[in-house]
Amino acid sequence: MVQPVGVLALQGDFAEHGAVLQQLGCQVQLVRTVAEAKTIAGIIIPGGESTAIGKLLKSTGLNRWIQQAARRGLPVYGTCAGAIVIAKQVDSPYTLRLIDITVKRNAYGRQLDSFTAPLQSTLFPNLAGVFIRAPKITRLGPKVKTLAWYKQQPVLVETDRILAGCFHPELTKQFLVHRYFIEHTRRFARQK
Amino acid sequence: MVKAKSTSFTLKAGLAKMLKGGVIMDVVTPAQANIAEQAGAVAVMALERVPADIRSTGGVARMSDPAMIKKIMAAVTIPVMAKVRIGHLVEAQILQAIGIDYIDESEVLTPADPNAHINKTKFAAPFVCGARNLGEALRRLHEGAAMIRSKGEAGTGNIVEAVRHIKTITEEIKSLQSLKLAGLKKIAKDYRVPVELVQQVRILGRLPVVNFAAGGIATPADAALCMQLGVDGVFVGSGIFKSSNPAKRAKAIVQAVTHYQDARLLAKVSEHLGEPMTGIAMDDLTVSMAKRGW
Repeated sequence: MVQPVGVLALQGDFAEHGAVLQQLGCQVQLVRTVAEAKTIAGIIIPGGESTAIGKLLKSTGLNRWIQQAARRGLPVYGTCAGAIVIAKQVDSPYTLRLIDITVKRNAYGRQLDSFTAPLQSTLFPNLAGVFIRAPKITRLGPKVKTLAWYKQQPVLVETDRILAGCFHPELTKQFLVHRYFIEHTRRFARQK
Repeated sequence: MVKAKSTSFTLKAGLAKMLKGGVIMDVVTPAQANIAEQAGAVAVMALERVPADIRSTGGVARMSDPAMIKKIMAAVTIPVMAKVRIGHLVEAQILQAIGIDYIDESEVLTPADPNAHINKTKFAAPFVCGARNLGEALRRLHEGAAMIRSKGEAGTGNIVEAVRHIKTITEEIKSLQSLKLAGLKKIAKDYRVPVELVQQVRILGRLPVVNFAAGGIATPADAALCMQLGVDGVFVGSGIFKSSNPAKRAKAIVQAVTHYQDARLLAKVSEHLGEPMTGIAMDDLTVSMAKRGW
């Protein structure tokens, strides 16, 4: 059986992530409850409002489920609000603490300071970043690897199948990061 | 496909995408804004008076005091929206100057221009606009709106008009499917928009931007009804802070929008919410806000 890739569907642009995964040939499972998460081979935590997503993670019990699943090696990719939600340190009480980074919310400013810009990355050539009320990654733990930069700032980072990005590849036509994440989910599915 | 493919439109429409599956709440003070944020609102609409009070006060309703909006912007970390009168480009310039995250060119306020809406392509700030039907929605998009909402009848606590508007747009989009180019050209002419925009909607089978419900939502069940009818999220105006227990009702509506298909959960969150806002039946309505706009 092909295991579906999960997209956390509590709030945010989960449909956009789901559409990218489908275009790349994945089965997609939108996850609103623990029951819906049982068969997934990885989960994307989408862009949205981190405070809203955080509260809904708690009320659904998905916060504990994702933490436990990540400990068993479940790949997780958080974009923007999703990166905030999985960061170890952030000015929000709702974090899952899956990756050893510090994140500052709305670090570039308000909506009028949102922007698009080319990123620097050896892994993903010609990557463009869409930053919408984006967070900044202000500290990296010793094991955290940077996969992409914007002006020398890390904007896509990773440890042990946990991926955190400040920008929105799902709003572009470039699915490089999603492809990379899908590889993680396939490896995870094979190991099980 | 349509002109609105620039980087700046990606950012404007992109923020609306981040609000999907969420609840945007009207607030009149920083304290209310904090309650809304704590309840899980994805954004707040900063106003001096909620629509129910605008109705009861009467007179000309204008943009709120920028000082009051700035206080709300300082109180929360979620995006802050504010309303300008239809066609009042200077009110919009003022809101953009104070750094507002989204501008609602709203029929809830008294219109400033009897014939035209704001040319929203001239602004860096994104706009949301109300619509009763596909023609209105597409005219607003052609003017540069990056998000659409139903008009409903704001301040009534009565969902009937929002349902009418949501269903009308859905049915009108569906009816495009059977049309050939000549038919689409005629529709575009009737709607006063480029045929490319109509074609884009036909291909997508939905509006090309995020579409929220607004106007009359008072209960978690109202919010879930709109979601089941296919909107991307909801605005709640008077419905929260005109009820007897705003914090609890706000939380319940947030849950209802996420779990809109889960009747058991909807039953649970609908319990013991206290008194909802007092509603107005459409037959007793003296001013229809929804009819404002062209």
